[in-house]
Amino acid sequence: MVRKIIIPLLAMALFVVFWEWLVWVNGWPNYKMASPSDLVPSFWQYKWLFLQYGWETLWRTVAGLLLAVVFGLGIGMVMGFSRVAREGLYPLLVGFNAIPKATVVPVIALMFVGAHDTNTILIAFLISFFPIAVSISIGLSTLEPEYRDILRSLGASRFTIFRKIALPKTLPEFFGALKVAVTLAFIGTNLMEIVEPHGKGLGHLFDSGKINADYPLMFAVLIALAVLGIALYYVVVFLERIFAGWAERSET
Amino acid sequence: MENQPQIELRNVTHAYVTDTGPLPVLDNLSLAVDTGKFTAVVGPSGCGKSTLTRLIAGLMTPDQGEVSLSGKPVRSPRSTVGMAFQNPVLLEWRNILDNVLLPLEIVNNNLQQKQREDRAFELLSLVGLEGFEDKRPSELSGGMRQRASLCRALVHRPEVLILDEPFGALDAFTREDLWQIMHELRREEQFTCLLITHDLRESVFLADQVVVLSGRPATSQYVLNVDLGDRRSLEDLYTKESVEMLAVLRQQIQIAQGRHVALEEKA
Repeated sequence: MVRKIIIPLLAMALFVVFWEWLVWVNGWPNYKMASPSDLVPSFWQYKWLFLQYGWETLWRTVAGLLLAVVFGLGIGMVMGFSRVAREGLYPLLVGFNAIPKATVVPVIALMFVGAHDTNTILIAFLISFFPIAVSISIGLSTLEPEYRDILRSLGASRFTIFRKIALPKTLPEFFGALKVAVTLAFIGTNLMEIVEPHGKGLGHLFDSGKINADYPLMFAVLIALAVLGIALYYVVVFLERIFAGWAERSET
Repeated sequence: MENQPQIELRNVTHAYVTDTGPLPVLDNLSLAVDTGKFTAVVGPSGCGKSTLTRLIAGLMTPDQGEVSLSGKPVRSPRSTVGMAFQNPVLLEWRNILDNVLLPLEIVNNNLQQKQREDRAFELLSLVGLEGFEDKRPSELSGGMRQRASLCRALVHRPEVLILDEPFGALDAFTREDLWQIMHELRREEQFTCLLITHDLRESVFLADQVVVLSGRPATSQYVLNVDLGDRRSLEDLYTKESVEMLAVLRQQIQIAQGRHVALEEKA
């Protein structure tokens, strides 16, 4: 209990103190680097906007992430079970993933001009499905043949083997990938919210902070994004405990 | 049909397709195991012993020849077979009891959950795993995992038990424990067994009949009948009779490996 809660909180407090000290000792003005004490008024002034925009950013990210999970699972399963599909799709996926998503943002923004929710969710999805697809396909294709044989020798169908063995065995890899995907999806959502004349979301709040030279507001948005990211990350950790807790070895 | 062998292979020939052309693994192999008997198959490494198990389990069909169980040709997997491998392949997310129950979720046998669990408990206590039902596989030693794997292979009362080097990765003392558990299981359960092994002492201690396969492509090179009776103790392995059998098998393996002539010349 002490180690799991007190120590991380203490580390965070130390970090805030160090930040405040760093700004103070260098005498940095607000437009160079805001200090934690400058953020408090910003949060207070825009508290309703933070809540509203935070919610908008969050739900778009989660929607994109859910799409990524469905699509990543699907494509990962196809690639995991069929060698032909794997050899055909893998280079395509790698190529697609290699494109910096910041360059895709204006393309998507033009394709769905004005459809703020659609294009934001789309970018969050595009940026985050890759690790999920890869982890599922690798998990399935590296399943030892004996695992398959113990059920196949009893006449079990491919679907039964997938449901009873392949899927649960791949879950730890899936959750590992999901933790990466959560962070990526946030990047996607914010890219779109910042680049597009959006009028919504934390990305927009950041952008208006920039336009108005309100530096403490920009830093406050960064902190808000970090809080959201951490919250979503721990939701994934919580789900992992429930569905793949068996993969966790007890401390010795 | 009374004296129909339980497992029968007639003139089985099989080759794998590889990039460099066909790779023959079995060549005109014939073999029969009578109901309730225990046959061990030994042979040089890579001679196609595992292919043999996959053919009997119906996971593959041979290019030529016929595999039959109880007189019926094997064309696809059937639920009257139980298998255990060198890797115990227990499902890490299930406890030991649920691992043992796994085949009963596939094989439709109209048993109530209570009856299934009783059956699993019966086997687990037979192999000395009572009290470990709720443990995860990762909490068990290698020998215990292999015992659980044997229980899983037998839980649906298969007619045929196929063991592919199940004791190969265990240390010598654990292995001897498991040999005795195998005898225990044979006394309590009814099954016909085919064991693939590299261990000649294991084959003599466990089997009624030892088949030596030649090098690849494998055919049945030598058959040894082991008449040590049903009650065997480890001491029986050190009698003159057993030592002679082991010497014969050793020699046959060397012939299969193609080293026999070279050794004689050296002597």
